[in-house]
Amino acid sequence: MEKSAENKIIEDLLPQKFGKQGTIWVISLLAVCALGFYAYCRQLYYGLEVTALRDYASWGIYISNFVFFVAISLVGSLITAVLRLTDVHWSTPLTRIAEIIAVSAISFAGLIIIVDMGRPDRFYNLFTHGRLQSPIIWDVIVITTYLFISLLLLYFPLLPDLKIMIGFKERNGKYLQKLYEFLGSFWKNKPEQFKITDKAINILSVTIIPVAFAIHTVTSWLFATTYRPGWDSTNFGAYFISGAFLVGAGGVLIAMYVFRTHYKLEKYITDEHFNKMGKIVVLLALVYLYFNINEFLVPAFKMKKAEEEHLMGLFTGEFSPIFWFAISASMLVPILILIFKKGRTPKWAFFAGILVVVGSWFKRFLIVTPTLLHPFLPMHDVPKNYMHYFPTWEEWAIAGGSLAGALLVITFFARIFPIVPIHETIIETDSHEKA
Amino acid sequence: MKTNENSRREFLATTLLAGAALAGCGGNPFTPDEVTDIKPSGEMVKLLSVDGEIIEVDKAFLKPVPEMPPVANSEARVGIPGKKFAMVIDLSRCKSVKKCQTACNHMHHIHPGQNWIKVYPMQESEKTAPYWQPTTCMHCDEPPCVKVCPVDATFKRKDGIVLIDSDRCVGCRFCMAACPYSSRVFNWEEPQIEKEIAEQPYSCETSVPQKKGTVGKCDFCPDMVRKGSLPHCVSACPNGVFFFGDILEDSVTNGAETFRFSELIKDKSGYRLMEDLGTKPSVYYLPPVNRNFPFENKEASEEKKEKA
Repeated sequence: MEKSAENKIIEDLLPQKFGKQGTIWVISLLAVCALGFYAYCRQLYYGLEVTALRDYASWGIYISNFVFFVAISLVGSLITAVLRLTDVHWSTPLTRIAEIIAVSAISFAGLIIIVDMGRPDRFYNLFTHGRLQSPIIWDVIVITTYLFISLLLLYFPLLPDLKIMIGFKERNGKYLQKLYEFLGSFWKNKPEQFKITDKAINILSVTIIPVAFAIHTVTSWLFATTYRPGWDSTNFGAYFISGAFLVGAGGVLIAMYVFRTHYKLEKYITDEHFNKMGKIVVLLALVYLYFNINEFLVPAFKMKKAEEEHLMGLFTGEFSPIFWFAISASMLVPILILIFKKGRTPKWAFFAGILVVVGSWFKRFLIVTPTLLHPFLPMHDVPKNYMHYFPTWEEWAIAGGSLAGALLVITFFARIFPIVPIHETIIETDSHEKA
Repeated sequence: MKTNENSRREFLATTLLAGAALAGCGGNPFTPDEVTDIKPSGEMVKLLSVDGEIIEVDKAFLKPVPEMPPVANSEARVGIPGKKFAMVIDLSRCKSVKKCQTACNHMHHIHPGQNWIKVYPMQESEKTAPYWQPTTCMHCDEPPCVKVCPVDATFKRKDGIVLIDSDRCVGCRFCMAACPYSSRVFNWEEPQIEKEIAEQPYSCETSVPQKKGTVGKCDFCPDMVRKGSLPHCVSACPNGVFFFGDILEDSVTNGAETFRFSELIKDKSGYRLMEDLGTKPSVYYLPPVNRNFPFENKEASEEKKEKA
């Protein structure tokens, strides 16, 4: 490839300073985080009393937010590992987007679970007194493993890009330069180095798939290992994983659109990418729909007494508005949009992505709380406010703060590192031209 | 009067402990720096030392000693050897007086509004008879709560009792989700307990004091059982609904009547709740037949009145 074309790619893809929009975006996210932090300080002081959680609805939007984070983080393994191993090359510009979504989401999943604990000061008990037969310990193990593999999958492909960035000393400024040198000064673009990282990435791509399946299967087992109607299901692992791939892919659609328009990356994240990701989302939505039908239709056919109360609460009762919104927004409407070629254009795909992600967030809420409000024995001998659940402002602020925090991590990452891999893009363009 | 009696008993216990502590110390126990600023009141109190000697001490030097936990935590985790506790609840005798609940709440200092014992108005279907069903923790032999606890804070003892170590509980509430009997309650805020009780060291056997951010539930009162007494709910019930005892001894009692456990279950067709789940509860129910009282749901009728 010509040097000028290569320089053009580098110039296009180098991380850029925040513009006006970027600054406003960061400040608003920081504000949301600060509010969440304030709410959490209140919660630390007063206890979980500040939430609407009570003895029946003992898990609420913290836990559904946790499930959401774990779900969306699965996309890292889908885009980087599954597509890489199946020799799909068009997804190269999306790998880093997917991987940073994975890393930031899984980190905040860990944080939000601490937020949900009644005694966060005893977190270390999980290590000093941990018992292997509890699914929570399994979750701690697999989530930590997944975080580290994801970090490595983010880091190794970054090495050649770090070398490129170290070359722009003046542009970087003192601190970023130091950071880049700390992370990648040993990288010399030697063939042996490439050989090692290629091998490492391949091994990690293979290992991350079972680990990714494990994190979400184990998360589903937090529910499925109990007796409660709505959770007591052998379908749960597959149901969770299919939903996770869907919401992750939806998240990638959103991120693609935002980065593309904001950083003017139309040449790198092309219409064709939206077309292909759109098709993937349709496929994933159909798979998830299939598992939903299994999850709801089969028990609804039998209408066992305990299940009946739960199911009717979802279909026509207290939770029906959220239920039908979640089903349509996360699956039906996105399928209808993305099944058409016109729907797979960036703007429509972006819209569909938002629907998927928002719908999926509410879907997680429906998985967690309604079941708890339909216990085997009727709700009795408790104060009246124990029988319903609507999150308090503290809960909304903390959950919102965690989402804003995850977005901040992604935003700062894109500010510091090239969000579309430079080195890999050069190589891909090269091989295209040769072919 | 009750409080007076309590304080007298506490006082006696305190003085005895203090006496024991004094006897254990070498030299003059009243010289340490911390007590030098106490002025003798002139009022003397007689104490019994561990050697059996009667000693006189000025009242001003007596300091309340924090109540010691009855048994060490490690022992509380093992349980009382050679026992397997069970409860039998006779539904034909229950009219929802809720003295069991009041006694339990009082003795365990449970947060106002929350209950470890719940008395459910039950009716299986429209045409079947309604009845009252008090529930305690079922102390299952396959306890789902113990299975899911990530830190071994809730545990099953050899004598069948399931307890909670509130000093270890991380407050994840997985046990609450796992329990099909909804018998667990959570301390959402700082428990409203008198300072002296709140400052006691936590004991798994008394479940006192409850702590913010941890789970609580019925404990079968092992502290009472260790003393040879009955759990508070059993002795509080005016209708003798609750029977408590040891399956290995094959006897249960409500204080006034004692039965062979196996015969009682056989004769009255005892059963356990949600047998199909395989949790193997230690609480047995006798069906609400030949009832002592008609079923009157005052709560529900009051609620109806309020609505009307």
